[in-house]
Amino acid sequence: MSRLNVSFCGVDFKNPVIPASGTFGYGREYEQFYPLSRLGGISVKGTTLHRREGNPGPRVAETPSGMLNSVGLQNGGVDKFINYELPNLVTKDTRIVANIAGSTVEECAELAARLNGTAVDLIELNISCPNVKQGGAAFGTDCAVAGQVTRAVKDVTEKPLMVKLSPNVTSITDIARSVEANGADAVSLINTLLGMRIDIKTRRPVLKNNVGGLSGPAVFPVAVRMVWQVANAVSIPVCGMGGISSWEDAVEMMMAGAQTVQVGAAIFADPYAPVKIIDGMEKFCEDNGIDNISEIVGTVKPW
Amino acid sequence: MYRQGKYPIIARRTLAKGIFDIEIYCPEIAAEAKAGQFVQAAAEGFFLRRPISICDINKQNGSIRLVFEVRGKGTDKLSELNNGSLIDIIAPLGNGFRVLEKGKKCVCIGGGIGTPPMLGIAKEYGENATVISGFRNMAAVILQEDLRACGAHTILCTDDGSAGRKGFVTDALTEILANEKPDIIYACGPMIMLKNITKMAADSGIFCQVSLEQRMACGVGACLVCVCRTVKDGEEFNSHVCKDGPVFDSREVVFE
Repeated sequence: MSRLNVSFCGVDFKNPVIPASGTFGYGREYEQFYPLSRLGGISVKGTTLHRREGNPGPRVAETPSGMLNSVGLQNGGVDKFINYELPNLVTKDTRIVANIAGSTVEECAELAARLNGTAVDLIELNISCPNVKQGGAAFGTDCAVAGQVTRAVKDVTEKPLMVKLSPNVTSITDIARSVEANGADAVSLINTLLGMRIDIKTRRPVLKNNVGGLSGPAVFPVAVRMVWQVANAVSIPVCGMGGISSWEDAVEMMMAGAQTVQVGAAIFADPYAPVKIIDGMEKFCEDNGIDNISEIVGTVKPW
Repeated sequence: MYRQGKYPIIARRTLAKGIFDIEIYCPEIAAEAKAGQFVQAAAEGFFLRRPISICDINKQNGSIRLVFEVRGKGTDKLSELNNGSLIDIIAPLGNGFRVLEKGKKCVCIGGGIGTPPMLGIAKEYGENATVISGFRNMAAVILQEDLRACGAHTILCTDDGSAGRKGFVTDALTEILANEKPDIIYACGPMIMLKNITKMAADSGIFCQVSLEQRMACGVGACLVCVCRTVKDGEEFNSHVCKDGPVFDSREVVFE
């Protein structure tokens, strides 16, 4: 599989395909379908300092070619992650991306510090969750605050730091530049787009949280555009995501400028989506005489 | 073990208006499936799969049976699948009903489209099962012959009295509990029905399992969208219907 081997922020990935945070738990469920060692890495469920119960249900609404969710970062907290999930994950021969989310700048820094000395390969700082009242997208939609929280985490972490950006902003390139200037080693984008559905019989929003994050193939073109813009605006590597459901989508995202890709909602439709994408990429390289998939990164030829 | 694949439909029937019955040949799934578990079925043209409870399992034939109601465009699409078509399912999912040892007696209660999973569990008990099922009216009644064929004693209730007795399933349960004490109660149906049955079971000191439903995405416990409120040791917390359920100990469900 050497054609797919990529180096991202100094971390060696056997392939550039990573299930996205919140869509894959900690891998336990999907291990029943295929060995996790097939994957480049796993971005784990968003982890907070303390256990979170998340939002009341319903938390999901189907949309044309996608879905809305309003889970609200339900998770067992960082201690459970370190003591229960991480010891299992380290045995799986795949890279571990720890997605962390704090409600304050200090909490983000504390979370990152707690992961020092653990087997985590990369930190993905979530400043873009649309479903929480504190932190989340409140950090990721303001250039100054995004920079401040990035700096606070960078100052304490010994791990490479990737910052996950929100698409719900006027200029995602400004946010990307701000986190780059404050020490981010990479950016990942896009988190979900804020959306809403209404049940016309009850006149109630389908989601109990009223609004939620849109994901799935519906957002793919928006994600490609944003990855392309950000890749051209910063010099740190980009991890591209948003609606990828086939190997062709993944290749397209890499041509837009992504060095690695995350696959999210597509897994709900097809649990095998990540491995099918990996196999498809491998064949794409063989068929096109590409020695390493990195050769295609950012090779789109704009008009 | 979870399996995903495209399996052939070997029988298809319409049981009532908007209620369809399909039998799927999937030996490896049928071999592992338990009554009360469910499948995630893909509907062509729709992004998310539809969770459908398993109605019956035929391990000898290597098939499972799904009885579902058309609730929207996705289930409408599923209803268009014919004998011979392939259906893309992930199964078997979730926890099934707890089956007590031979000789124990159960009461199974299905409200409307909550009735199908009661066939699978009633079969485990045969003559020791009493199945109470409730429907709006005669036109909506399903599965009574199948239930009787497995040996179960059936009590049919309709809201308007057009078939069986007029009244709610809980009325029938009250009468049963006045005369005997079953070893276990199983129930699936509207939340208000489950809430009332839970209270009646608790008052009579009978163990009760309820099967819940919720909008789902992954179906395997990863995405956490299918939340339900539960309680254990006095502490309330969010569980997930797909992995922690769909069958719950009724004492652990928080009814609003």
